[in-house]
Amino acid sequence: MAERVEVHEPFADPAQQHAADMLGMYIFLASEIMLFGGLFAVLFVCRILHPQEIAAASKELHLWIGGINTAILLTSSLAVAIAVQMARQGSRGAVIISIVTAAALGSGFLILKGIEYRLEYSDGLLPGFSTAAKFANPAAHLFMNIYLISTALHALHLSIGILLLAGLVWRLLRGSLPLPKRASVVEVSGLYWHLVDVIWIFLYPALYLVR
Amino acid sequence: MTSDQTIDAASDLENVGHSSIAETPTERISYLRAGHTLGSWLFTSDHKRIAILYFISVTLFFFVGGAAAALMRADLLTPQADLLSNEGYNRAFTLHGVIMVWFFLIPSIPNTFGNFLVPLMIGSRDLAFPRLNLLSWYIFMLGGLFTIYVLIAGGVDTGWTFYTPLSSMFANGNVVLAATAVFIVGFSSILTGLNFIVTIHKLRAPGMTWGRLPLFIWSLYATSAILVLATPILSVTLALIAAERLFGIGVFDPALGGDPLLYQHLFWFYSHPAVYIMVLPALGVISELVAAAARKPIFGYQFVAGSSIAIAAIGFLVWGHHMFVAGQSTYASAIFSFLSLAVAVPSAVKVYNWTATLYKGHISLDPPFLFAMSFIGLFVVGGLTGVILAMLAIDVHVHDTYFVVAHFHYIMVGGTVSAYFGALHYWWPKIIGRRYSLVWGRLTAGLIFLGFNLTFFPQFLLGYLGMPRRYHVYPPEFQVLHVLSTAGASILGVAYLLPFTYLFYSMRYGKPAGANPWEATGLEWSVPSPPPKHNFAERPIVTQAPYNYAIEYEEVDG
Repeated sequence: MAERVEVHEPFADPAQQHAADMLGMYIFLASEIMLFGGLFAVLFVCRILHPQEIAAASKELHLWIGGINTAILLTSSLAVAIAVQMARQGSRGAVIISIVTAAALGSGFLILKGIEYRLEYSDGLLPGFSTAAKFANPAAHLFMNIYLISTALHALHLSIGILLLAGLVWRLLRGSLPLPKRASVVEVSGLYWHLVDVIWIFLYPALYLVR
Repeated sequence: MTSDQTIDAASDLENVGHSSIAETPTERISYLRAGHTLGSWLFTSDHKRIAILYFISVTLFFFVGGAAAALMRADLLTPQADLLSNEGYNRAFTLHGVIMVWFFLIPSIPNTFGNFLVPLMIGSRDLAFPRLNLLSWYIFMLGGLFTIYVLIAGGVDTGWTFYTPLSSMFANGNVVLAATAVFIVGFSSILTGLNFIVTIHKLRAPGMTWGRLPLFIWSLYATSAILVLATPILSVTLALIAAERLFGIGVFDPALGGDPLLYQHLFWFYSHPAVYIMVLPALGVISELVAAAARKPIFGYQFVAGSSIAIAAIGFLVWGHHMFVAGQSTYASAIFSFLSLAVAVPSAVKVYNWTATLYKGHISLDPPFLFAMSFIGLFVVGGLTGVILAMLAIDVHVHDTYFVVAHFHYIMVGGTVSAYFGALHYWWPKIIGRRYSLVWGRLTAGLIFLGFNLTFFPQFLLGYLGMPRRYHVYPPEFQVLHVLSTAGASILGVAYLLPFTYLFYSMRYGKPAGANPWEATGLEWSVPSPPPKHNFAERPIVTQAPYNYAIEYEEVDG
């Protein structure tokens, strides 16, 4: 009651505004799922066309780096979930700590991903940088093309997520994001982070575990 | 001189005078006068002003795309290639397709009339995310600038469909730039769709239940769902083409065992629903125009609303009918053929219900109604030829001929563009606050109908006789029909330019429209014309069913 939530122009009350913000983000995430859905469709069609070759090509990927990265992203989602909970309770310090943790884990993911690309480059298996002759067969080349495009697109989304979290920390430190009044800002960014995580949860088996 | 709000044939000449009419008090407090600087337009978050920005931009693209079509029609006057080179012709039809599809038809009704009317019709002060709405226009313009650059840089020759491996390996035009333009404009579509969905869910006025929503809102809701769910598939597909062309990272490359047909599946998974993005808003407009002209509640409201959703849903399952002759499995083709026929059912429901609405209605032959009537006629021809094309055996015969070209132009131009002009003539007094000359409006509606049929009906015959699309050199026996088509196109061109004379004239010389010049129902007619900046002085409360026209059955003759 004492806590007055800022209400923007078209909205009549804070509950309506919060519901609209959440719905807007969910719809955006639905469109993101369709974006990656196209890539998954390409991946599955190619796998149906060349089952043996793709299983063999998948063996060349660094399973453990992918596995560790999966664990890292899941942990970062936990940190974001804690941040959302803390934001609702208004504990600004705890929110900052959990968001910084999540962003650091996300950056860790990107660094490991970079190392993985570097290893593939030295194996001559990174498309665009390697000659076609290096690949066991054309279908292996095709698989690595899809691998590179989908992981790069995911890394791009993760980078946007890290920037989003960094922006939140910046606003929290400046004090321009009063909590719990504007907890929905943290919540909406958290939703995006979880989706980027979930996409990886699907990419990992589709690329690494099909061996 | 007249305070009478009704418009009938007798008062035509009174609607527009020869002396300019000074600003009215309503206009002084309207959104049009809320700020006079360029910045007050370019940085506005008012949905009505953003609608005007979109209107200006899509009109511009409509005439650029139309100019490309004019070049093609002029070249097709003779069987030889005398105006354009082969390459030039390819570039002209590609540009025509890209601009008309992504920069006119898709944004046309949703982003102009949708932006303007969604908040007004549901009783809200604005869309849910006003600044996102403005961002969407800027993204649209960025995509548009890319397209203009492609045009200046020499164009692209793949056809608007960017089929692989032509686009990824062989085409020598600016494929990547054109794909980038379409990729960018896709985000504008997604943001608009998102904004509409959230607004319709969360910002309806008290009492505006789902069963009381205007049918235009229902159709925009279905359209928005497609925009949000289908457009990202196009984005990722175009990104894959760009990766293949720029970096050699190909996923459709047949040399690697990739499947070029997979590209067609992805492309049409977006582009067939995109056809419904283009036509569903038009169907919504026609429901509004028909009810207002008949002065009756729409017949079978639930069915008309539900058929929009059904068209959107089934529309996602029919993409394979573009690939009947592309080497797709026969079983898949049979299923796609059946599903494509199924789309005709909800479309026909709408046509039946409009006709039933008109039955025993007090019909006024105003320009919006004439556009609606020409829509219904042309949509039926386009729809029935669609049924013909959905049948496997016939499609194999006429695939990639002018029969297909004529079919989709009957839907897209005869349908959507007629509805666009109908909407313009219906809501112009609301948007600008002035009445225009009804005589000129009727003349335009008639000319468009005439010019359209003369342009595209011969193309059905051409296609059936075997004239393939995308060719500009043809056997001499086809010349008569091509000349007829070009003659029609020139009438159509004049008819499209006409409204811009008398509508602009009305801005200065037209009589003030009053809040409700058509005596129509709907919240948008309850506010002054042009509406004030914040739409509603106080939050409206809806207590009535939609299209609540008082029906008068008493006999008047005697």
